[in-house]
Order: sequence, then C-alpha cells, then structure tokens
Amino acid sequence: MADFVSGFWNMWVMVLVALSLLFCVFVLASNMKGEKNEAGEAELHGHVWDETLCEYNNPLPRWWMYLFWITIFFAVAYMIVFPGFGNTKGLFGWSSAHGEHSQYAREMKAAEEKYGPIFAKYQSQDLMAVAADPEAKAMGQRMFLTYCAQCHGSDAKGAKGFPNLTDNDWLYGGAPDTIKASILDGRQGMMPPFGPAVGAEGAKDLANYVRSLSGLTHDSARAQKGSELFVQNGCVGCHGMDGTGNQAIGAPNLTDKTWLYGSSEATVIETVSNGRQGKMPAWKDFLGDAKVHLLAAYVYSLSNK
Amino acid sequence: MAQSKHEFIEKRVGWMIVLTLLTVSVGGLVEIVPLFFQKSTTTPVEGLKPYDALQLAGRDVYVREGCYNCHSQMIRPFRAETERYGHYSVAGEFVYDHPFQWGSKRTGPDLHRVGGRYSDEWHRVHLLNPRDVVPESNMPAFPWLDRPLDTDIGARMQALRKVGVPYSDEQITAANDAINGKSELDAVVAYLQGLGTALKRVQ
Repeated sequence: MADFVSGFWNMWVMVLVALSLLFCVFVLASNMKGEKNEAGEAELHGHVWDETLCEYNNPLPRWWMYLFWITIFFAVAYMIVFPGFGNTKGLFGWSSAHGEHSQYAREMKAAEEKYGPIFAKYQSQDLMAVAADPEAKAMGQRMFLTYCAQCHGSDAKGAKGFPNLTDNDWLYGGAPDTIKASILDGRQGMMPPFGPAVGAEGAKDLANYVRSLSGLTHDSARAQKGSELFVQNGCVGCHGMDGTGNQAIGAPNLTDKTWLYGSSEATVIETVSNGRQGKMPAWKDFLGDAKVHLLAAYVYSLSNK
Repeated sequence: MAQSKHEFIEKRVGWMIVLTLLTVSVGGLVEIVPLFFQKSTTTPVEGLKPYDALQLAGRDVYVREGCYNCHSQMIRPFRAETERYGHYSVAGEFVYDHPFQWGSKRTGPDLHRVGGRYSDEWHRVHLLNPRDVVPESNMPAFPWLDRPLDTDIGARMQALRKVGVPYSDEQITAANDAINGKSELDAVVAYLQGLGTALKRVQ
C-alpha cells in the first residue's frame, strides 16, 4: 500500500527503478560487443605478473550474459503484474492484506466456506452431544493444544497454580455450560492475603487446620487453634463452615485431595499469608463462541468419559 | 571501449568507492527512504500509547536477554498465523518502538499479541522456569530476573523523546519513581502484557 505524504515519492520510486534498470541494460549491452580472441592474436590487458604472465581481454561468456538479460526481463514483467512500480496496482490488483480481494481475505474466505459449516453444525448442538462426538473432540483437542496447553498442559493435567482439567474436580463447577462460561469470560480467583491479620504463627495454625480437613498429617494443638482462626478471620465466608468451598465464587474445597498450589505445610502457609490470585483469561473476543463451544465440550469430555 | 572504462575504475580507488556506494545505495533509496514519508508507517494506530516507564524498563530487559533471537513480534497476514496469534501486525503499531523487535526467527512463538493472553502469574512462573508450566518447553530459564531494576529509565525516555516518542515532562520526571522497588521480572511481565493490545484482538 502506497500512502505517501505526497505524490513525489511515487515518482521518486518510479524514476529510480527505471534508471537503475536502464543502467543495467546499458552495462550489459555495452559488454555484449567484442569477438573472442584466439591465442596468439589476442588483445592483452596491460598487466604482467611474474615476468611473463598476462591476461587476455576476452568478452564475458554469452550464456552468463543471457542470465542477466533474463533477470531484467523478469523485473519488468514483475513490475507489470504486481504492485511496486510507484503506486501502480499491477495487472490483477494483487494485495497481501488490503481490501476484500487481498490474498489474506481470499484465504480467510476459503477457510470460512470450508470450515464454517462444520463449526456451525456443532455450535447448534448441545454441549453434551458435542462432547460425545469423536470428530468434535478431535477438533477440540487440536484447539486445546494451540490455545490452552500453555497453562493447562498438553495432557490437560495442569501445573502448580493452573487447574487439572481431567480430574472432575472443579473450582467454578463442571457443568458443560459453566465450563463454557469459564472459557468465554475468564475467571479471577481472589484469595486475600491473611498474613497481616493472623501473623506467622496464625498462618501456621491455619495451615495445620486446613491440612487436618483433608486428613493430612498435622499438629492437633495447632489445628485446634487454626479452627478458631478459620472462623474468626472469615475464611468460612468463602470456604464454608465445613471447608468444602463454594463453586459460585470459585472458593476451593479444602477437604478433598486436590491442591492447586500444593498441600505441603510450607505451601499452605504461603497461600494463607500472601493470598492467591489465579487468573483464567477471557477468550470470547479472540476465539469466538463457535470455537469455545468445541473447547468446552472437549474439556467436559476429559472428566466425563 | 568498455574495457578501458573498467580499467579506469579499477585503477582509481576513489572513483571505485564513490561508484560502489552509488550502486549499493539504490536499493535503500527506493525501498527504505520512501517509508519515512508513508502515513501507514509513521502514524500510530488509534489507541497506541508509548510504553510507560515500567514497560520500557521491561523492554530493555527483553533486549538485553536477547529474547528477539527466538521470538518474533511480527504476525504475517496468513490464516495459519492469525488463527494462532490474532490480527496480523500493522506498521502503525510499531512507531514508538526504537528499535522494533520484529525479529526474524521463531524458535519460540511470536509474541506480538501475547499481551493479556496469559496471566501475570503464568509469566512469572514461566520466565523463572518454563518447564514448571510447559514441560515440553525448550526455552531457557531466566531465574536471575527476580532482582531489583537498576536503570535510569527517565534518561532513556528523554532519549526516546528526541526520536519522536511523545513523552511529557511529567512522565519523565515521574519515571524513576514509577519503577522504584520493582523487579526486572515485574518489568518484563508489564512489557509483555502490553504487547499488541492497541489493535483490538479480533479476527
């Protein structure tokens, strides 16, 4: 696309291109003359090396010169067919990405015609039905590997701080529509830091209590103190009186064996003291509903085989 | 005749230098110089803001660590790229980049639209040890990034203003305070999270 501040630059390009091509023609043409010299009657360059060594002044090989001519013809033909000579559009109005007939637009259109109906077919189906369709699952997996594997892993088993999607344990709920909502709009976890409120000892007490909830080894005296802190500091507000959490706000169940950040005492102390802000980005704008539909079905199928 | 001209050039090094420079400069004069006078390469896209102090510091770390050796910042207008990364890059997104980080090799993925794609926390874990989140990754770990920034970012902003980045006096005076207490990791994450977000990420 040529959108110069003035037309001068179009002329600048045209003149320089034309002049340099003409110069090449001149150099080539002026070197096409001259007959090949036979040994003995040859015209010699003036140099003499090592007493007797001279150099014939022969013309350049013809086949080699013709290759240069071909490049010049190619350049002229290219300038006619494609844009490049100033602001000329080229014979076929080719463009990489500008306008509806650009190469990019045509590529996207062809893909839409080919894949659009497949996406539309699944989009109109219920998520449970899509999750049961092997072709849809294969498509979902391909997209998962492109867009989701960076955090959730290529096996969807997650990493520290990034949920395992195969264990049927859900922070925000595992119903198909809930999974789709999580992908579309993202999620923002908000475990506040309790370090300032409970101090180092309090955090350790709380950690022991939380570990006791899921039957891990703990100091029962500390767990007893922790259970009081759990109520006093409002942990129950999100995690519930019994610590089983609340999927409506993404508060994890503390009584099960699933630990997003790890279950060691040190890790739980870190979680309690500094809080956690797990974040799932929203994919609505980037992927659109049709792709998210297939992804949600794929993720659902991982826990519901 | 032609031979004598040839000899003339070969025997006079001054002429040789001048004529060689003339010849090799044609390509640049035709392909580079006009771009300085083209609106799409010199006008920022709507919504493009100069990097703030922290992002700019992060960008310096990005350059220092040689991230551009493996990561491009240039999404080409092909479906295979826009499906994966987002809208193809346009020239107006790079007018405040001096120098731009387009890169020319992708050992890792393109990063031009990585902004907002992952959480800050993901970037922190991933930069310190990529294998913690992507077991298959062959990206080197950058564990030393978790240290305080040591840079006079105000001076760098002043230099950038000289080449046309519209920083205000207030921004420059406040710059060093703005990055006070931040780590290099914070800066790189801030830089990455801002990348490519000026153009709406739609297909």
